[in-house]
Parts: sequence; structure tokens; C-alpha cells
Amino acid sequence: MFMNMRSNFDQNLKELKSLQLKMADEAQVSIKNAMLALLNQDIQLAEKVINGDNVIDDLEYEIHDKALMLIARQSPVAKDLRRLHVALRVSSEVERLGDIAVNIAKSALHIGNEKHVKELIDIPHMMEMALEMVSEAITSFYSEDIELAEKCAEKDDKVDQMFGSLVKELLTYIPQNPDFTNQIIQLAFVCRFIERIADHSTNIAENVIYLETGKRYNLNA
Amino acid sequence: MAIQTLTRDIFDVKDLNLWYGDHHALKDIHFPIQKKEVTAMIGPSGCGKSTFLKTLNLMNKMIPNVKITGEVNFDGQNILNPKTDLVELRKHVGMVFQKGNPFPQSIYDNVAYGPRIHGIKKKKHLDEIVTKSLMDVALWDEVKDRLNAPALGLSGGQQQRLCIARALATKPDVLLMDEPTSALDPISTLKIEELIFELKEKYTIVIVTHNMQQAARVSDKTAFFLMGEMIEFDETTKIFSMPKDSRTEDYITGRFG
Repeated sequence: MFMNMRSNFDQNLKELKSLQLKMADEAQVSIKNAMLALLNQDIQLAEKVINGDNVIDDLEYEIHDKALMLIARQSPVAKDLRRLHVALRVSSEVERLGDIAVNIAKSALHIGNEKHVKELIDIPHMMEMALEMVSEAITSFYSEDIELAEKCAEKDDKVDQMFGSLVKELLTYIPQNPDFTNQIIQLAFVCRFIERIADHSTNIAENVIYLETGKRYNLNA
Repeated sequence: MAIQTLTRDIFDVKDLNLWYGDHHALKDIHFPIQKKEVTAMIGPSGCGKSTFLKTLNLMNKMIPNVKITGEVNFDGQNILNPKTDLVELRKHVGMVFQKGNPFPQSIYDNVAYGPRIHGIKKKKHLDEIVTKSLMDVALWDEVKDRLNAPALGLSGGQQQRLCIARALATKPDVLLMDEPTSALDPISTLKIEELIFELKEKYTIVIVTHNMQQAARVSDKTAFFLMGEMIEFDETTKIFSMPKDSRTEDYITGRFG
């Protein structure tokens, strides 16, 4: 006896979600490219990341416009309203991921073709973990999976620890390699950027839990 | 029957069942209604919300073949008791309907109608009641110069506010509103909603509405009815943010109805 009278609204919510996934894909590709540019000292690729960030920014505006239009026109309540609130929040987190990719690409440009002070092994390893968190956060958002969101957030501590020990190690290279001070500082920045990627992933995971339960958690604490 | 108890529940409904002939229209309703709060009832057509509202001042006693069991305690007395004085009950529990239904009389006489029935004859006293009631519904400034004009000459929104003033004139404790804005334009609707907000300082209001956003805007508590049952009753903020029952969520988000 019951019918869905909101198929138009549901269709709009679906479109909003696919825009969000598209934006998340763009941001992930951007981060991966920034890391490759740093590792392979690929100036062109670094510039491509920097110049491509506007695509992610534009997607954020599009998502915000659509979400606000749906709030104005559809008077959403309960989970529908949380869904739109979360769309706004998550898209801003993803936009920051895009900015971080740009920051890493800029560090790659600052280092340029200067020979690396040591082979980069731990930084890509840390990035792998952070990217895994991004991927889990986005998947948990897509499938509204609280368990996966929690699993993602649990990894944040590990990335934080890695950040602390890596920066410490990098700074010890400065006295023996004073000519590489700029490069070493840039690499320490990159560590910081990667640590921020993990934080934004955790924030996305928190939003997934809020969407499902209506309760707010601080998984970064 | 004047309200003297200190309890905050003005109505306490227990095990209420109602049948129209064979049709079981209300099923085991338990429902406390607190003083000076706005309680909204929502639900699809035929869910029993209007029937429930009409039970609160026994309007549906007039319907043939109606059978009501359980308790509807108003100020500690079960009004389902056959000895209940209906005129006295309705003096305390006033009602406003979907469409303004003023009597074909003057504005003044409409408001003075109730007090006159209850024995008030002095012009000065009636003047006071009429003035105050019209002020309470924010209609005074619009009609003070034409109190003797026919009430049917007022706009729809003004007629509805006049009917609320008429209900207030007998100094009720509770005001029942059955879709009070469904026949009004958006501005008149907002005026009535604003009025509900002000009236709750003095009165307990129970409102049936098909407009869920209206329930969300004006009420403190919301009850969701479905097929004669009260599915969920809670703070309005909870009902519209995190309802406990998935049927409530489906209804308020428009996924069925």
C-alpha cells in the first residue's frame, strides 16, 4: 500500500553522491600524482597537479550548490537532512585533500632535480597508509559502513607516530648535509602533509558515523 | 473542573480504544499531554489523529455507533464517564477547525457567543472579553473599527483568527486545532503559527496537521499515528532528527504515506 513519493528527491541524492565520488577520485589521483612527482622528480607532473586543482574546487562548489538547492526545495529531515549536511562537510574535507596534493607538488618543485639526500622509502610507505585511509573513508561513505569508518580511523594513530619519528630522523640529516637543508625541510613538510591526509580521512569517517547514528564522535582524539 | 492540579499533564490518556461500528479506529493509545505545550499529531489520512483529537473534547460522541473504551483523564477526571458535562468540558477544551467557520453574525457577537452562553450578560464585561480575545489573536488592530460588521466579510485568515478568538473567549485551558491552516494562504498560515507560539504561554495546544514542516515549526512534542496506532511520541526535535521507529522516519522523510 505504500509507495515512494520521493523518487525525484532520491534521484537527486544519488546524483549528489556520484558527484562526491567523482570529486574523491580526482583528489586521490591528484595525491598519487603529487607523490609520484616527488619520488621521480617529475616537474611536469607536479605542475599538472597544481594546475588541475581547480577541477576539485569546482566540484566542491557544484556539490554545495546542489546540496543547498535540495535543502531549500525539498525540506529534508532526519537522515535526509544529515545526508546533505554530511555532503557539505565531506566535500570540504576532500577539497582539502586536493589542496594537500598541491602542497606536496609544490614541495616537489622546490626540491626540483636536486639529488635526494637519501633514498625515499619511509615517506612513500607513510603515504601508502594515508591513501589506504582515504580509500577506506570514501568506501565507508559510499556504502554507509560504520565498521569500515571505524577501521579507517584506527589507523590514524599509526600515521601520527610515523610522522613524529620520520621528522625526527630527517632533522638529524641537517648537520651532516647542510647544503640539503632546503630539501630536508621540504621533505619534513611532506611528512606533515601526509599526516594531514590521514586526519581528513578520519574526519570523513566521523561524518559517516554521524550520518548513520546521528551521534558525533571525535575519532582524532 | 478548573485546572488546579500541580501535575504538568493536563490530559492523561490510557488504553484508549475507539470503534466506529466495526472499524477499530484507535488502538490502545497511551498519551500524556503536558500543560502549556504544543503537541502535534501527524500521520497519513485515516490514521486516527483527528479521531483522537475529537476524543479530547468528546466531539465524536455525537457520531452514531461510536464506542470508546479506556480512560481520557482531563485534570484528573475521566471524561469518558457518562456523567461528564459536555458544555462544561468544551468550555475548558476549545476547538478550531480546518476552515474558519464564523457564525453569520457580527465580529463582536461571534466572540461574545461563548461567554453569553455561559451566562455573562454585562456589556462592559463582554466588551472586555471581546477586546482581549481579539488582541490575543492579533486581530484587534484589523477589526477594532468595525466590530459590528459581519464576520463573513473578513478574509480567510482573519476568519480563522476570529474563530480562535471565539474559542479563547470562554477562557479554555486547552485549544484543539484540527488542521487550522489547511485552507489558508502561506502568509495567513505563518500568522497562525506565530499565534500558536504566543498562545502556548497561556494555553495547552493540541494540533493535527498534514503539514509536517508545520508540526516541526510549532510543536514541542509530536506524535506519529499510523492505522489507528500511536507509533511514536517524543520531543519534536527528536522526531524530526532521529526518530526511533523506522516507520516514523519513512513517513517524515516522505518515503511512504
